[in-house]
Amino acid sequence: MMQSRREFLKATGALVVSFNAASLTPLWVNAQGPFGTHPSHIDPDKLDSWLAISADGTITAYTGKCDFGQGIFTAQTQLVAEELCVPLSRVKLIQCDTDRTPDEGTTSGSQSTPTNFNDEGLALAAATARAALLSMASAKLGEPVEQLSAVDGLVTGRSGRSVKYEELVAKKRFNIQLNPNAKRKPVAQWKVLGQPVPSLDRTSLMTGRFEFVQSIRVPGMLHGRVVRPPAMGATLVRVDESSARGIPGLVKVVARKNFVGVVAESQQQAITAARRLAVQWNPGPELPAQSSFFDYLQKQSGEDFLSVDSGDVGAKLAAGGDVLRARYSYPYQMHGSIGPSCAVADVKESHATVWSATQSAYPTRSVLSKILGLPIDNVRVIFVRGSGCYGLNGADAVSFDAAVMSQAVGRPVRLQFSREDEMKWENLGAACVVEHRAALGSDGTVAAWDRENWIASLGFRSGYDRPGNVISGVLLGYEPEPLNRERASAPRGKLNNHGNAVPAYFAGCIGGNCQGGGTIRSERALTHTVPSPFFTGPLRSPARIQNTFANECFMDELCAKAKDDPLAFRLKHLQDPRLVGVLQAAARAANWETRPVKRVSSGRTGIASGRGLACVNYEGDNGYAALIAQVDVNLDTGVIRPSRYVAAVDCGPVSNPDGLRNQIEGGILQGMSRSLVEEVTWDNKSITSVDWSTYKTLYLDYEMPSIETVVINPKDGSALGAGELTITVTPAAIGNAVFDATGVRLRAVPFTRERMSAALQGREESAP
Amino acid sequence: MLKQIQLRVNGQEHRVSVDPETPLLFVLNEELGLRGPKFGCGMAQCGCCTVIVRGQAVRSCVTPVSAVGEREITTLEGIGTPEHPHPLQQAFIDEVAAQCGYCLSGVILTAKATLDANPRASDQELRDAMSGVMCRCFTHLRMMRAILRYAEANRQ
Repeated sequence: MMQSRREFLKATGALVVSFNAASLTPLWVNAQGPFGTHPSHIDPDKLDSWLAISADGTITAYTGKCDFGQGIFTAQTQLVAEELCVPLSRVKLIQCDTDRTPDEGTTSGSQSTPTNFNDEGLALAAATARAALLSMASAKLGEPVEQLSAVDGLVTGRSGRSVKYEELVAKKRFNIQLNPNAKRKPVAQWKVLGQPVPSLDRTSLMTGRFEFVQSIRVPGMLHGRVVRPPAMGATLVRVDESSARGIPGLVKVVARKNFVGVVAESQQQAITAARRLAVQWNPGPELPAQSSFFDYLQKQSGEDFLSVDSGDVGAKLAAGGDVLRARYSYPYQMHGSIGPSCAVADVKESHATVWSATQSAYPTRSVLSKILGLPIDNVRVIFVRGSGCYGLNGADAVSFDAAVMSQAVGRPVRLQFSREDEMKWENLGAACVVEHRAALGSDGTVAAWDRENWIASLGFRSGYDRPGNVISGVLLGYEPEPLNRERASAPRGKLNNHGNAVPAYFAGCIGGNCQGGGTIRSERALTHTVPSPFFTGPLRSPARIQNTFANECFMDELCAKAKDDPLAFRLKHLQDPRLVGVLQAAARAANWETRPVKRVSSGRTGIASGRGLACVNYEGDNGYAALIAQVDVNLDTGVIRPSRYVAAVDCGPVSNPDGLRNQIEGGILQGMSRSLVEEVTWDNKSITSVDWSTYKTLYLDYEMPSIETVVINPKDGSALGAGELTITVTPAAIGNAVFDATGVRLRAVPFTRERMSAALQGREESAP
Repeated sequence: MLKQIQLRVNGQEHRVSVDPETPLLFVLNEELGLRGPKFGCGMAQCGCCTVIVRGQAVRSCVTPVSAVGEREITTLEGIGTPEHPHPLQQAFIDEVAAQCGYCLSGVILTAKATLDANPRASDQELRDAMSGVMCRCFTHLRMMRAILRYAEANRQ
């Protein structure tokens, strides 16, 4: 069904003569892959690995960054069209297939735009190709490159003579290296990139034609179902295969170490067999109580990391007298993909092909090779979009499981998790607790700020060699990556603020070199990564949303103590011009009224309204966002209803303003759901939020707020990440607005009506 | 236990041999190869598997195939094609009202069934109708805009 790159090039008549079987073996066997791992046969330094021009002028581009609904497919198509001066319709983009595309690691962490839209990766390939084509045209037409212009794949000289791209590369590959000095087109000259091109997949999506990994069918395919343990840490005692005997369509019960599953002719039969199969387990250890979980977390020891430490915070706080302290908590949350994860695996004796919605085609190939005991070059992973993942959902785990089952039966197996399989065993967004201590100086600005957080961790992405970082690997007998139990060493070199542990207002001084966004020079930020009883992994804005919630709400507390205006107070502590820029832009758009935060409840009944502000320098320097939320709080019911958001973002030159807006809006609303209702629950044995009645989310009937967006869109500088900007600031913006409305400070997400009511009644909040 | 069952889907007759208790969704996906309706929860909580049966939006993940009988079943691909999308699909295309798009059967077909039954449905009635439909990418604003755009055009 899918063709190899070689077959594809043949079939489309791409002008390739020397792409024979030999080139399918590593071209650079002595080298390492780009991530220090097994090399791909697709050399990322060679232009032909990224681009091919067919006889009909089609430009096929190969990218290692794939689309889960965030719009990067359309944006990358625009990028190639722009750099090669062809219409969008001339570009065909192939995403993430280990037989056809270069290894770009994982599509995650708001890194696709930084990686592929600046001066490396796909952008560099396209710029290199344009320069090469112009140079070839120059030789052919006998005119200097400066006299040539390229339009719609046709290069024309001043003489009026012209030549098509496909004539230039006729019967050969480019056969050149990427040129690190190849010049990108200046933003001012963009015609395709920078335009609000509507997502290219929209028509096939709306009409039900789009092929998701859930719709992949291959000949002879069977259906699998996993049988997970009853609890974390439970181990297999015995599978009673006789219990499933006689079930129509059952092909095999698969048991390997603690992994159990069934394979049957149809999905329904697999479900029936899994339900009937009698499996005996040893119980796992008792889970820590949810009600006191954050206390438990703070007692754990793990890996410590000191982002910044001026060394004088303790003394300053001791001397300052009036120290403000607060403790913030953020719960485990789920990716909660609307479609449970799915993969199709076809494992033969010596080869394997896996259709997967993984964010990590190459790493997944590497892990599959380990699990299946096959040479890595004999494993192919083909990315096919699944339902939105928002990070590491079950896509990798289901790929490993499907492959194990297919290997056991020697036929292709499609496996889709049940809702409970997905929700009970995914790598959750981490629970996190933050403690702040700070003092104001006599001038009403922050004199010293100390913050310390504990974030839960077990597993993560599997990377290239850690199957045990997700449930499937652990059940197959692999260990999760252990935490380094280390004391923090003194900060050195470059300020690392990837997790946004360091508030934007810190000067971020390391060895006299101040690299933070702000002015506070008596500063300390310490992170303890501590063991988690549940798997954790990146969930849209991992650690950043937790830390930013705590940092931005506490900044608001300091502001209230200083009786200052939240915008003015922030600006007094900021130096980063881009963060200042988004704050001012949002404030202008929202007609921000300069006044102190209200500190007392406006009434005892009815609706109280307020406004809240939050901002972030995402990962320190990968995008800037400010958000103003207006909320209504029903003082009788405790229901918080955001009515309006005004967002301002600066993510460098924008590739696609419509795609960006979709991400900004989706980010705010997903952030709102996570702020108001989303929380993983568990009892003493296992997770109990296993469907949409036990794990809450906002449905389409929710009365949606209005959203206004200001996009800064500078014409130069680097293109930055955007997909995680607004979600990061949403919990704090809502929390600050609730305080402004009611005088009640919510320090625990989610802001459920129960929590709000309890807080309104003056009771202690349940979590901190 | 297998039974011959006659189904009318998107204007075509199909004869399938399945366990009559099989959810309609699996028959549409596995036997007929349809991509529109999708598995989301298996408990009628999210809407991904929605199809229209006799004008009603039905959750095919909890509907045994034998319960449908001779009634016409319409899936997301049954109301329009990429070349000729249904006007409601066109409204979604115009608003670019999707991110991952996995939820669209629930969103589009629930709105369609509601507006077919009551073209003058108020905004509140539409919102009520969408109360069991989810989009985890939270494309809510664009989706509701697309639905209201279509409803508005229909009323005129």
